[in-house]
Amino acid sequence: MAKQNVNAKLMTGNEACAEAAIVAGMRFFGGYPITPSSEIAEVLAHRLPEVGGIFVQMEDELASMATIIGASLAGVKSMTATSGPGFSLMQENIGYASMTEVPCVIVNVQRGGPSTGLPTLPAQADVMQARWGTHGDHSIIVVAPSTVRETYDWTIKAFNLTEQYRIPVIVLLDEVIAHVNEKMVIPEPETITIIDRKRSTESPDTYQPYKQNDSDIPLFADFGTGYRYNVTGLSHDETGFPTNDPQKINALYSRLSRKLERYQDQIIEYKTEYLKDAEICIVAFGSSARSAYRAVRLARQQGIKVGMFQLFVIWPFPYKILGRLASQIKAFIVPEMNLGQIAHEVSCAIKSDVIKVNRVDGSLITPNEILERIKNVSV
Amino acid sequence: MGIIETMLAKTRRFKVEIKEAWCKGCEICVAFCPKQVLSMGKGIAKVINLEACTGCQMCEMYCPDFAIKVIKDET
Amino acid sequence: MFPYEKYLRFSKFPHIWCTGCGCGIILKSILRAIERIKLSKNDIALVSGIGCSSRTPGYVDFNTLHTTHGRAIAFATGLKLAKPALKVLVISGDGDATAIGGNHFIHAARRNLDITVIIYNNHIYGMTGGQASPTTPIGKKGSTAPYGSIEPSFDISGLAIAAGASFVARATCYHVVQLDKYLEKGFMKKGFSLIEVLAPCPTYYSRPNRLGTSVDMLRWYKENSIPVEKARTLSEYEKKDKIIIGILEDRERPEFCEEYKKMAERIRKS
Repeated sequence: MAKQNVNAKLMTGNEACAEAAIVAGMRFFGGYPITPSSEIAEVLAHRLPEVGGIFVQMEDELASMATIIGASLAGVKSMTATSGPGFSLMQENIGYASMTEVPCVIVNVQRGGPSTGLPTLPAQADVMQARWGTHGDHSIIVVAPSTVRETYDWTIKAFNLTEQYRIPVIVLLDEVIAHVNEKMVIPEPETITIIDRKRSTESPDTYQPYKQNDSDIPLFADFGTGYRYNVTGLSHDETGFPTNDPQKINALYSRLSRKLERYQDQIIEYKTEYLKDAEICIVAFGSSARSAYRAVRLARQQGIKVGMFQLFVIWPFPYKILGRLASQIKAFIVPEMNLGQIAHEVSCAIKSDVIKVNRVDGSLITPNEILERIKNVSV
Repeated sequence: MGIIETMLAKTRRFKVEIKEAWCKGCEICVAFCPKQVLSMGKGIAKVINLEACTGCQMCEMYCPDFAIKVIKDET
Repeated sequence: MFPYEKYLRFSKFPHIWCTGCGCGIILKSILRAIERIKLSKNDIALVSGIGCSSRTPGYVDFNTLHTTHGRAIAFATGLKLAKPALKVLVISGDGDATAIGGNHFIHAARRNLDITVIIYNNHIYGMTGGQASPTTPIGKKGSTAPYGSIEPSFDISGLAIAAGASFVARATCYHVVQLDKYLEKGFMKKGFSLIEVLAPCPTYYSRPNRLGTSVDMLRWYKENSIPVEKARTLSEYEKKDKIIIGILEDRERPEFCEEYKKMAERIRKS
């Protein structure tokens, strides 16, 4: 009888996401029911009171996004989870979190869109909204697991990223990842690194919430601990008060964007397979990546030199890395459950066209569909 | 003024300070001072009859601009 | 006489509110109430939305949070739940709280969350230039109701009572002494407390509607307000277009943070 691994569990993506958030130190969830993400709220409604955390079901997704920012300002790691329609309602306050640099994690379990669309079926069409959903130039980090285990790992990483860089982090799942049951081995706690936001140790008299320092990441101070400071969504200076002074506005916006650029290489993560001698490269994320891996292995069995590039971090997008691959790769194929969103970024990176494999009928892209396109290209 | 009021006014003395830079000339203090201690001078409130002030602080409570202060004169 | 400077961020003064605006009058009343009940500045969080009154956080020396239009109460919910020791005050205007923010207003009252909401009701959107709001009276003008509003107004206090708030009071900028008292009670009351304060907007409400200066408005409040105790004895006709002031609701209802704590303790024991 195979050795029983006591840490092995059968879990859905939603359950893994909820449990991982608790491991990451999340103790405040504000959300609103929406298929296919509601199970995250349901698990946390059970679990958070058990671990000294707070669960609240708010009156809508706007309030959910607002309430997690409030909780985070009180020093508590906070999160919400939703799907397309709710994600659209959250955009203004996601922009507020980006502008005020309040750490928070937003899980978007993608479903068929637009509008009510296909509530119980998967899609990957919120990629551009995840990046540019809220108005104005802003920093955001978007990560995308493809399996239940990756959802567990990337929920923890999402909290580490938002705590470390004080940039909102969006975890993109889709209905399949959220609802598929998979065996998953829970990693030992000591193997998991947990990052907390850096707090200021300066005296409250001289503390400024957005004081420039060489890391470009301001030091945090919890509301109610003697640091009586101001937070506003208006463009503000280092003291946190509104300003219309062009120089100060420029300083703020350049720091907010610089914060994302300078740390890109540490933030961006991807996985490759069979890429060393590949002439064709598949670029994919989420559920489509799983079909792509199968297609690549089948093609390799037929002697076709094709490799896989799986995106874990979608934004900031790995333009440079893909750009470097372009010299070696004859054709890039981008399978995604939308009408072409990542494809645009890949073609930007390689400065030429890509082959798109698109599906928007609520079904997963099958390995064979991808295999066919690989064969057409390699002939 | 009645005898009692003059006696009262004499024993307790008050100063009324106006921060002219902050006064926006809304005239609320002038209108609601029960003793007509204040009046408008070129768009800014000013004290015209300090002796009548009874220290009731209506002006200070109503001033929307934090521009007027009633101080007990300890001298 | 009163040490307002103890609570103010003096370097930000003079403030931006127009000549005769009610915002400064109400702010003073808030500071007097805080002084009287000896709240520590470190423990106060002042949360506001967008609008004239919502610029208050910038002027006071507390933990201050200036959020998005209509969402102050939702931000405040997270702050309070995550740190119940904080005394959370929300400042919002009639538009901010009952138009775009109406959903959050009634739900926080329904939950009876222990926050104190102060709504400056000046019957108009001031900051954006005088558009009509949910409390612009029928017939009164706003830049988006040039022929006079045809919409009935919200009874903001009634809304909060119906939703479940445990303490609701209404005052005007004339009745500052009573306002001090209602604010004190509201701050001390466990549960959702609303204090609605009618305030003059000389620039965008009184002037376009020919209601005179702020002095006239304050006098109008004085002559047209009826204490709630007296109002209970009057007929509908006698109360028509009058402002009912006073403590309109003061009841004991379970408070959300406490109920959550009790639930969590129950779970951890079982």
